[in-house]
Amino acid sequence: MNINTTKVISLLFFIFSAFYLYTAYQIQVFAFDENAPFNARTFPIYLGYVGLFFSGLKIILPDPNTIKVQHKTLEYKKTVILIVIAIIYGATILKVGYFLTTSLFLFSSYYFLGERRWVLMFLLSFPFVAAFMYLLHGVLDIYLRDPFLQSIGVMG
Amino acid sequence: MIEGILIGLTTALTLQNILMVMLGCFFGTIIGMLPGLGPMTAIALMIPITYGFDPATGLILMAGVYYGAVFGGSTSSILLNAPGVPGTVATSFDGYPMAQQGKAGKALAIAAWSSFAGGTLSAIYLLFMAPSLSKVSLSFRSPDYFALMILGLTAIAAFSSKGQFLKAMMMVVLGLMLASVGQDSLSDITRFTFNNMNLTDGISFVLVVMATFAMSEALTIILKRNDPTSAAKQVSLTELGSIKINKEERTKMYKTIPRSSVIGFLIGVLPGAGATIASFLAYGMERNIVNDEEKEKFGKGSVNGLSAPETANNAACSGSFVPMLTLGIPGSGTTAVMLGALLGFGVQPGPRLYMTNPEIFWSIIMSMYIGMVILLILNLPLIPYIARILAVPKNYLIPLILFFSITGIYVMSFNNFDIYLMIGIAVVATFMRLYDFPMPPLILAFVLGGLMEENLRRSLLLSNGSWEFLWDRTLTACILLTTILIVVWHIYKTMFKKTKG
Repeated sequence: MNINTTKVISLLFFIFSAFYLYTAYQIQVFAFDENAPFNARTFPIYLGYVGLFFSGLKIILPDPNTIKVQHKTLEYKKTVILIVIAIIYGATILKVGYFLTTSLFLFSSYYFLGERRWVLMFLLSFPFVAAFMYLLHGVLDIYLRDPFLQSIGVMG
Repeated sequence: MIEGILIGLTTALTLQNILMVMLGCFFGTIIGMLPGLGPMTAIALMIPITYGFDPATGLILMAGVYYGAVFGGSTSSILLNAPGVPGTVATSFDGYPMAQQGKAGKALAIAAWSSFAGGTLSAIYLLFMAPSLSKVSLSFRSPDYFALMILGLTAIAAFSSKGQFLKAMMMVVLGLMLASVGQDSLSDITRFTFNNMNLTDGISFVLVVMATFAMSEALTIILKRNDPTSAAKQVSLTELGSIKINKEERTKMYKTIPRSSVIGFLIGVLPGAGATIASFLAYGMERNIVNDEEKEKFGKGSVNGLSAPETANNAACSGSFVPMLTLGIPGSGTTAVMLGALLGFGVQPGPRLYMTNPEIFWSIIMSMYIGMVILLILNLPLIPYIARILAVPKNYLIPLILFFSITGIYVMSFNNFDIYLMIGIAVVATFMRLYDFPMPPLILAFVLGGLMEENLRRSLLLSNGSWEFLWDRTLTACILLTTILIVVWHIYKTMFKKTKG
């Protein structure tokens, strides 16, 4: 049986809108605002109903332009690896510091995307990040926390 | 107006601002040239940098990036048959065949001159139209604004997605929902934060733009790198041929450019329409106007066929500034990004902008002229060199885009949560892109969300909670009627197609 993925996404959006609407009704407003013509929950409540309306229409109405994605040709593995690297980058950037994490993020991304020109990979990671960091920190005066560089005495 | 022009020139012609236009045009051209990366990505990547400048300079930089990216998109259309932006798809119809005939240099030169002429002419139209429209829009009240925003969002949903109106409307709702996260502007009550302190201030506009455009575009490029339909045949990037345009070709362009610039500008002014529709309409119109002999050449390397969409898409770019500058309602996804950046600067665009911040209003218009001249000076001689950037391997390009996106967010918040949130939104956006859920309506809705709620609040309070404000004023009623017609027409079309099937 063929499942129309667009309809599945629309169904998910319908459920999401229902949850949004439920949460909108739970918003705590001030007692004196409870019966006001407009309070903090008015707009979200209407929005929830509009979400239900359009996603509901998408589910029940025919889909003349069905999108068929050729999953076999898609590079899921490399995409997932890159997302995981980005998450690790996000998790370590504050603790380790901008320079080392960013350089490693770039170097490993080049590697997992299939690059093997080591010198170019190195030049476009460590020295590149150092130059960019100098531009941000040194020229534009944007503070960049870097415990690693502080520990080795490069940064004050 | 003369005084305004002088104010604009004084602001735009400072050394710093000229440098910004040059840098913007240059980087915009490079980013726009890379297939898959359009003006919105280019501008999104620039936003963190612009926060270091004053609003006028920041906006001048972004405007330069915008024109540069549109021009850059034409280069990849002509050389690779892979349009960098949807607005340059029509350029590839005749530009790519011309390049295949060994006239790539000429095709690029025709594109450059047409872009220049289209942009310059439409900047003149803007100069006359914007102040008068500003005066008219001063009579607008909250209900009119509320109705106008609904119309803008509906129109962008209708125009930005071919036959995918309901999907686009779902993206509009999602954008508004994302905008409602955080503290309510009037009562300070937190909404949809789930007791997470990081969400109290709401979701950052830059984060949403970076995630839905820069990052998700990069992820889509990796995901589809083996897709045979996205692989492009390549024209030699080292043998581009002469960039000289002969007299006969010039004569053809003289006729095409004025009419295409008018249609481009007018389409650009309409909310949601933008460069893509403008370029296709100009191409179609030109084909109907020319003689039979010239008509035969369309699709095989026609000068008119290349010049018309190129003129129109640049004219539409200037046109899309009209609703943003005069009404405070962006006409396209790209101007929505710019509006968001302006709000970040603490500047409220709208009918009063040219009275409260005349230097911003006029310097943007003036920087358009300067930008066009710089684009031409910069791009014509550099065409052979710039074209080689298209050979940059994706293995380097993708990580660098991700790096710029994450750094952009990191330097603004110094917060891990924002990075995770950005990655999460980017993954969802990438998945939705695969199924043709358009992103510009989401961005426009996210930017307009706060303003829309504010105008609804004022309208409801003034009418004591009655919804009569929707039809009390003729203007409000007319705008809403147009919106209803668009919605009903698109739903009817969806149902009718089924009956046919």
